[in-house]
Amino acid sequence: MAMTRSRARALLLTPAGLWYAAMLLMPLAVVLIFSFGERSQIGGYAPGFTLEQYANLPARFAAFRNTLTLAPLGTLASLLIAYPLAYYLAVKVSPKWKTMLLVLVIVPFWTSILIRSYAWIFLLGGKGIPALLAMAGLEDVRLLNTPFAVLVGIVYGYLPLMVFPIYVALEKLDKRLLEAAADLGTPPWRAFVQITLPLSMPGVLTGSMLVFILLMGEFLIPSILGGGKVFFVGNALVDLFLQSRNWPFGSAVAVGLVVVMLVVVGLYTRAAKRFGVGRDDAALM
Amino acid sequence: MRLYAMAVYAFLYLPIAIIALFSFSAGRSASSMQGFSLTWYGRALNNPFVMEALWTSVKVAFLSACLATVVGTMAALALTGMKGRVRRVFDLAVQIAVMIPGIVIGIATLIALVTVFDLVNPWFEPLTGMKLSLGTGSLIGAHGLFTMSLVVLLVRGRMETLDPALVEASNDLGATPFGTFRQVTFPQILPAIMAGFLLAFTFSFDDFIIAFFVAGAETTLPIYVFSSIRRGVTPEINAIGTMVMAASLLVLIGAQLMLRRSQAQPRR
Repeated sequence: MAMTRSRARALLLTPAGLWYAAMLLMPLAVVLIFSFGERSQIGGYAPGFTLEQYANLPARFAAFRNTLTLAPLGTLASLLIAYPLAYYLAVKVSPKWKTMLLVLVIVPFWTSILIRSYAWIFLLGGKGIPALLAMAGLEDVRLLNTPFAVLVGIVYGYLPLMVFPIYVALEKLDKRLLEAAADLGTPPWRAFVQITLPLSMPGVLTGSMLVFILLMGEFLIPSILGGGKVFFVGNALVDLFLQSRNWPFGSAVAVGLVVVMLVVVGLYTRAAKRFGVGRDDAALM
Repeated sequence: MRLYAMAVYAFLYLPIAIIALFSFSAGRSASSMQGFSLTWYGRALNNPFVMEALWTSVKVAFLSACLATVVGTMAALALTGMKGRVRRVFDLAVQIAVMIPGIVIGIATLIALVTVFDLVNPWFEPLTGMKLSLGTGSLIGAHGLFTMSLVVLLVRGRMETLDPALVEASNDLGATPFGTFRQVTFPQILPAIMAGFLLAFTFSFDDFIIAFFVAGAETTLPIYVFSSIRRGVTPEINAIGTMVMAASLLVLIGAQLMLRRSQAQPRR
């Protein structure tokens, strides 16, 4: 075995390196280059250097606006629903049931989001919840193809991803802190606000970040439950690349999406640092 | 509190249960229950389009998971304990691959490969008689890119918890580096590798958005389901959905068992 350690390393890394170069870096570079190009007569790309595509971005303002309202709203709604559940799992449930209940939260996340979103067509469609509401006297409630439907789909799809990090943070929490607070006569709600909530912030931030990032690129949920009325940047991208074949403009929209995402994530991380979330927790993201 | 938790679980499982229930309906309506039968399962399994899409999905998921697992594990082995520029570049690549939205990966792969193929085909085609185009290959490449990064994270995470004393002991006792790897390191990281493989398989099998862009003329099962939904809901889709979810569930249980074995220190 005359092979040196560094040569062995180089050999081990070569396939992965080539893969990243060919399937990640090269394609991303192409998107960047195309976004400064012009559209050719037959669709696709014609070489050039122009900022026209970026200047044209306001044409897709509605898609960006929808994404930037429904993604944070969806993240917030998931958070509000996930937190009590994570708290219940971390603090209240007996260890015997904990693992099983936790796995039950995660399982849906790893099954097809396409089929899970599709399921809501039944529940929100005419024969589902609106029919129940009609029986209760609320006639003519339309749910499917509304922003509300998309929001429900988002919460349904990404709830597991939110529960898990919060659960992990709450699980780590030193119970003696709460006991000490109780001994000192702190009412439970104040102990929660002053101890539990701040100490669970890393989990809250990680979960929100994960969900938010995934929501920014969402296409399926708005297209299945929004019925073309509530569209995200993802829907605009599908339209630009697969229907109108406007590659340069589509590339500019994609670059815009990534930039907006990075800006929001950057601002968020800075806010997170002010909450005193250390680098260890950021690594989780 | 308990009631609340039960409500959330109902919220998580009710829609899935409804699909599963309706899939056993005998009637033609996708959104009600009329009798009980396995008709729609039979229909789905005898539909040549469904079977072809299923075969494509399984093929792509299996091959991309195999490649991603091997290549990702190799990279993880090299990266563990490594410092310097190469390490930072790889860490960045892994991070980008995981963070960039799937839809952006999809369009980037689409336009990059179409452009490259258009450049290469004029001389490649006369030479080999074949034309490069999007299809199984690009699906494997794009899915593998993401899942390889997952494998790197999983296996490297596992490697970092290993006791270096074991490797040192093995070396001191005169084992070759490869012998040490085979007998000491590999058995300990195997559960993480297997879990990585299963997650890679499920990801690829369930992925819609990347495949939508890079599948070319191929149809994967999620693409088939999506385009059927667009045409309207049918009990057949319910049956396919139920089968897909049941299959994912089985794979997941497998992954879960592997991960648990990986977390519990194996003592032999």
